[in-house]
Amino acid sequence: MDKSEIKGFIAKRVAKELKDGDVVNLGIGLPTLVPNYLPEGVKVTLQSENGIIGTGTVTDENKDPIHVVDAGGSPAAVGYGGCFIDSSTSFGLIRGGHVDATVLGGLEVDEEGSLSNWIIPGKKMPGMGGAMDLLVGAKNVIVAMEHTAKGNPKILKKCKLPYTAVHCITKIITEMAVINVTDKGLELVEYNPEFTVEQIQAATEATLIVSPDLKPMC
Amino acid sequence: MPKFVSIEEAVKLIPDGATVMFGGFMGCGNAHKFIDALAKSGVKDLTMIGNDASMPGGPMGEEYYGVAKLVHNKQVKKLIATHVGLNPEVATQSMKEGTLEVILVPQGSLAEMIRADGAGLGGVLTPTGVGTIVEDNPLCLGKQTIDGKEYLLMKPVHADFAVIAGAKIDKAGNVWYKGTTSNFNIVMATAADVVIAEAEEVVEVGDIAPEDVRTSGVFVDYVVEGGKY
Repeated sequence: MDKSEIKGFIAKRVAKELKDGDVVNLGIGLPTLVPNYLPEGVKVTLQSENGIIGTGTVTDENKDPIHVVDAGGSPAAVGYGGCFIDSSTSFGLIRGGHVDATVLGGLEVDEEGSLSNWIIPGKKMPGMGGAMDLLVGAKNVIVAMEHTAKGNPKILKKCKLPYTAVHCITKIITEMAVINVTDKGLELVEYNPEFTVEQIQAATEATLIVSPDLKPMC
Repeated sequence: MPKFVSIEEAVKLIPDGATVMFGGFMGCGNAHKFIDALAKSGVKDLTMIGNDASMPGGPMGEEYYGVAKLVHNKQVKKLIATHVGLNPEVATQSMKEGTLEVILVPQGSLAEMIRADGAGLGGVLTPTGVGTIVEDNPLCLGKQTIDGKEYLLMKPVHADFAVIAGAKIDKAGNVWYKGTTSNFNIVMATAADVVIAEAEEVVEVGDIAPEDVRTSGVFVDYVVEGGKY
């Protein structure tokens, strides 16, 4: 798979985790592709932490980049039945457990279910934005990312970069595997048939517990 | 009742070294005309509090959008924000040149720390940031366990000035926000000694229905009319 295929493949698998009626916050990048793959009959309410509950489609008619943007600062729209809120209300929604799922990318994740994605000390300091609140507050935290970076594992025994949040991840979805975070460690529950379990483990620094119900990703 | 003044008069209120919070999110909801005038004023050594430092390249082709102008002009010596990744000048000034101090705070925490100040509370207990380097942040006062769950105690955030923006402001200072522009404007209007509000349009009292007022005029000290942006 090339890069763009990988992103679509991961987004398609993430989409199956979302249930009809869920309130969902999507991080920038790959996670924004997820709505394109929602199964038939599944409608979710997308929240944008800068102030939209129920985002809609930007059209020539409703486009208003001065007044309506998403959390990446790009033009956005409110959808049917949606509303605008302020930042305090938005993060009350997030921290208060009213967001069913959040999908984010990661630089590193580890077997304790912790995630690092907001700073590379001395090199990059984009900031955490709303990520720390989302990780702590959302009921389901799905990390959607490529399994490795330039061939190096991103799923580690312990994150080396500063944490975005600890013990927060529910599930990791990559182009190689679907991994659940459990009390016992990382459980490999689905594999991409293009790879063997051994290849997946070799691309993963953390030890994977192979589920007795292991099945192919689809 | 707020005073209605020109943008030039309002800009003169802000001295060198002032702490100013700016409502807005990546420039959306910034007080654009006031910030343009502030950028030209030469006021310096500001401590800027806001969600972000906006970005170069605004939606209408602006070279620098909203508060990004103040960073570009090096009028800011300290920035308290949640995300600065879209404005590369922040990294340049803070990491390469060492001329800008940056304190990063989680977005939900910052909103609530500002709200706490405006609501007379002594701090915010939030689970956000537990186990991370936010625990070492100068605005974090420590950790507390309540019913077995850990929380960080975050300080209230106050400013000398809040600069907010609304699409319509009536002659009593009541503000109506359009779209996603309310963002940090609503909490910031409560948490500064002096609140300056920029209206795209000043309207008569009653033109904004009382139930549509999101910031009451009692919070607003000065109104400037910026016109349509």
